[in-house]
Amino acid sequence: MAILDVKNIRKKFGNTEVLKGINFSLEEGNVLSIIGSSGSGKTTLLRCLNFLETPDEGQIIVKGETLFDASEPPNKKSQREKLIRQKRLHFGLVFQSFNLFPQYTALENVMLAPKLTAKEKNTYEAEKANIENRAKELFSQIGLSDRMNNYPHQLSGGQQQRVAIARALILQPDILCFDEPTSALDPELTGEVLKVIKKLSERNMTMIIVTHEMEFARDVSSRVIFMDNGEVCEQGDPRELFSNPKHERTKQFLSRYFVQSSN
Amino acid sequence: MELFLQQLPVVIGALNTGFIQTLKLFTVTLLGAFPLGLLIAFGSISKIKIISITTKFLIWVIRGTPLMIQLLIFYYFPGLVFQNPIWGGGEQGRFLAASLAFVVNYSCYFSEIYRGGIQSVPVGQQEAGLVLGMTKRQIFFHVTLLQMIKRIVPPISNEIITLVKDTALARIIALQEIIWAGQAFMKGSYGISGAIWPLFFTAFYYLIFNGIVTVMLAAFEKKLEYFR
Repeated sequence: MAILDVKNIRKKFGNTEVLKGINFSLEEGNVLSIIGSSGSGKTTLLRCLNFLETPDEGQIIVKGETLFDASEPPNKKSQREKLIRQKRLHFGLVFQSFNLFPQYTALENVMLAPKLTAKEKNTYEAEKANIENRAKELFSQIGLSDRMNNYPHQLSGGQQQRVAIARALILQPDILCFDEPTSALDPELTGEVLKVIKKLSERNMTMIIVTHEMEFARDVSSRVIFMDNGEVCEQGDPRELFSNPKHERTKQFLSRYFVQSSN
Repeated sequence: MELFLQQLPVVIGALNTGFIQTLKLFTVTLLGAFPLGLLIAFGSISKIKIISITTKFLIWVIRGTPLMIQLLIFYYFPGLVFQNPIWGGGEQGRFLAASLAFVVNYSCYFSEIYRGGIQSVPVGQQEAGLVLGMTKRQIFFHVTLLQMIKRIVPPISNEIITLVKDTALARIIALQEIIWAGQAFMKGSYGISGAIWPLFFTAFYYLIFNGIVTVMLAAFEKKLEYFR
């Protein structure tokens, strides 16, 4: 059974239809890359999955549980917020611009959310050591054990993004989403972030990656979706889609990337 | 010279008493206006129209009229209109009325500074909190608040320094703050009349007071420099 089923997601901003009925599903442990030009709706799709936007139509189903169904009548608002909070924890999101909290050290950034949750349940004292150990374990995974106590502004962009990944991982999401995780980084720093993501894929982390790094998408993903103008234009096996695109738009789009890098 | 030395302790004593009243009004205003200003700021950015419109109206009225008139109205209105002088006639009643007027007035100015501070924190910070499963309340107190405070220290410092001097306006309802005390010696207080020099001394009190406030605020600003 698929871990994630996305059915007919539609989203309008004003009169502009940004998502025109998106359908896809994702198997547990697989990596899905979403490619496409700017404005094709990739980011909006991720934001819908993370409940930062509310789709106008469609369903989001995780592990057989319907997390979102636009046809359901909205409950009372307070209830809804509480529910959304629970539901969105199935997903993690890593932003293009990192969005680390500047007033906390890297370690504090990673520990903040679990700490607040534990405090709410009055179990912080008991869980404190456990949370800290998990955070430190993550820092060793991302190779930043020596920078844990630095503030975000003392870290490079690549390091900040790696911390942001750890911050999302500590909540153990079912599906980790990346919204152009390396677009704000120069090429030298891109590699270190991609390496962390690749390592996660080897550990069978289920991931959705919106990216412009075509070679990376080809190498790391189990499936690729090419989005164009709010629709899934083409999807399939990465080697197949990159070497032998069927749709005219896909060919056009990919030609811009692989002309320079083919030699 | 001999007369001056005779008068000096009397004058200093009176000025100290007046200064304590000034200091009290200053402290009460800050303690009240810091939190109330935040509440008003939330009101003015509320998504509930009736709340945001009412709040903005209040801010418009309070910022649009002189503090001196507000003081007079707060003090005299209950007594003259409702024949119910709730403040009482004594120094304590005047202090209460003055405090209330100052708190309301400064809250409105603070609220606009807060609002600017809150809105200048990048929306990505809030979104990062949301996707980490934090509540809006947790996001405000654990993510937004400190970043907002860092941004508003310079404009709030301005207001605080203005407040030190604005406390003098409470004289209009005969609150015996420091200028009132200094001025009294021109009119024959403690048998001293026609003396203007105590007023120069009051200026000195303000200067020292504001010097201390400035140093404290600069230290606070420096304390927040550990993050960007």
